[in-house]
Amino acid sequence: MRFEYRDHAADVEVRGIGDTVEEAFAAAAAGMFNVMVDLDRIVPQQRLTIAVSAPRIELLLVEWLGTLLGEKEISGLIFSRFAVEIDTVAGKSRLRGSAWGEQLDPARHRPKLEVKGVSYAGLRVENQDEKWIAQCVLDT
Amino acid sequence: MGDEFRLERVSEAEWILPATGAMRVPARIFADAEMIAVLRAETGGEWSALRQVRNVAALPGIVGAAIGLPDIHPGYGFPIGGVAAFDRNDGVVVVGGVGFDINCGVRLMRTSLTRSAISDRLDRLADDLYRTVPAGLGSTGKLKLALAEIDRLLAAGAKYVIDHGYGLEQDLEFIEEQGTMPGADPGAVSVRAKERQFRQVGTLGAGNHYLEVQYVEEVLDPAAATAYGLQRDQIVISIHTGSRALGHQIGQDYLTEMEAATRKYGIEVPELELVCAPIASPEGRRYLSAVASGANCAFANREVIGHLVRESFTRVFGTRPEEVPLVYDIGHNNAKFERHVVAGEARTVLVHRKGSTRAFGPGRDEAPVPYREVGHPTLVGGSMGTASYVLRGTEVGMEKTFGSGVHGAGRAVSRRKAAKRYFGREIEQELRSRGIVLRAHSMRGVAEEAPGAYKDVERVVAAAQTAGINQVVARLRPLAVIKG
Repeated sequence: MRFEYRDHAADVEVRGIGDTVEEAFAAAAAGMFNVMVDLDRIVPQQRLTIAVSAPRIELLLVEWLGTLLGEKEISGLIFSRFAVEIDTVAGKSRLRGSAWGEQLDPARHRPKLEVKGVSYAGLRVENQDEKWIAQCVLDT
Repeated sequence: MGDEFRLERVSEAEWILPATGAMRVPARIFADAEMIAVLRAETGGEWSALRQVRNVAALPGIVGAAIGLPDIHPGYGFPIGGVAAFDRNDGVVVVGGVGFDINCGVRLMRTSLTRSAISDRLDRLADDLYRTVPAGLGSTGKLKLALAEIDRLLAAGAKYVIDHGYGLEQDLEFIEEQGTMPGADPGAVSVRAKERQFRQVGTLGAGNHYLEVQYVEEVLDPAAATAYGLQRDQIVISIHTGSRALGHQIGQDYLTEMEAATRKYGIEVPELELVCAPIASPEGRRYLSAVASGANCAFANREVIGHLVRESFTRVFGTRPEEVPLVYDIGHNNAKFERHVVAGEARTVLVHRKGSTRAFGPGRDEAPVPYREVGHPTLVGGSMGTASYVLRGTEVGMEKTFGSGVHGAGRAVSRRKAAKRYFGREIEQELRSRGIVLRAHSMRGVAEEAPGAYKDVERVVAAAQTAGINQVVARLRPLAVIKG
């Protein structure tokens, strides 16, 4: 799995790519944190588990990324490794995920850019050429 | 593709897109011919401000016109540099019309110092401000508030922090809404949002937020400048920041809630990003209470930073806090109930301003008393190293834009392209050669915020003036820039 960025005038469009939708979600999360801090500066020593749900898989991506984003102030954590399980129950998409990271330390992590929010812009979760993509625009 | 937008030119810097198709009202764009050409060129792409303003014109209960100001560029469903007013009974409140950085805005403070008087202490001042005002991702403020205290701050805004020793009582008159948005209900804000704010009060943030020490380069409207206490060569301070993580979380939470409300009320939205709720619905009312709380958080945040700036000035120049008074503090991401004349009839409407400031002309009692005769100031931020402007509202603006004004330049080049094209250290040297001192927590951030990555603020201001919607009062030039 991997992530890439697409140019966007004011903000950053992140795209996670994986063999499964779960991998694509994990890759999108890695892409989002890499906007803020170079991932190789983050030691994945602390684990946080997250459970979110949404009426559609695309909205689930926004919930997942938005919840992770909030943790940088709530628990002070930033993350570099992710694992995700997704299922659909009674028409609802559910995600149980883990994120591994550590306390944000500006001196050591040398932050690049702040992400303010996860928007509905450019929102796509789909299978493309045998690969899954999970993408959206981050407000920076 | 441009042909689907049959813009009619009304005057040199004003265009109308008549209501066709799903549009309930026309769209009115204020821009020069070159700006319009750029807007037309992007209509074929994924991101089009013209398409967005047309989509906004199709939302239920919109009144008058959907408005694009000269700094219009694509936002999230709702264009940045966009204004739209909705009937309070039949209209909707749009989460994209406020955005993630609720009540992000600019505060201008003045001093009785002149440019020549501070030149030998500019580096010292910049160092002191850089140390004193927390900025950059991961920075934390000095004021750490428990949840119950956050609730009080969200209800009272700038008043709360002034009561706790951060700021001066006389500042309140010079803050939009006197620093306290009516209708705030901390209960409409999630615990998560409040937890995120715990260490964030009084922080500048990162990205395009800044703190600048500037001088008044030129006064262009002497009567208004006198009313605002501004004169040539005077040292002033601009602070650009918003509601920090709390506002971001309110935006995130209500994106989800509004998506559900849009389905619940069967509102047809042209695109997902325009999710909304009827203003009169429980969801709409709750969101507006949360927005007012977020706005108060932003007022409080800028008040605390203003206090820290005064402390720095005391250390470096020996000034007393009251010798650095507030000129004005005004937001540019908000949705507020206001009285306007629509088609000859006075009515209360909900005005969304996304990347646009309120700009009330002469005679409105919302302005501070000393400013009422000329209209209140609006503050237009430049990009790093370029000019900023003080403008004021006009009667034309009251009539055509619901009393709204431009807010800045808007990006021209993506952050990624800017980071490849520019180097932070080179920009720092270039600014230094022009007598501008830079202190930044992230040199990559500096590259991304390079002046060349932004559109020309001069043209934005000129178009607003030509259209008559805003009047230029003074041009400010930076001497010291503090970035996250």
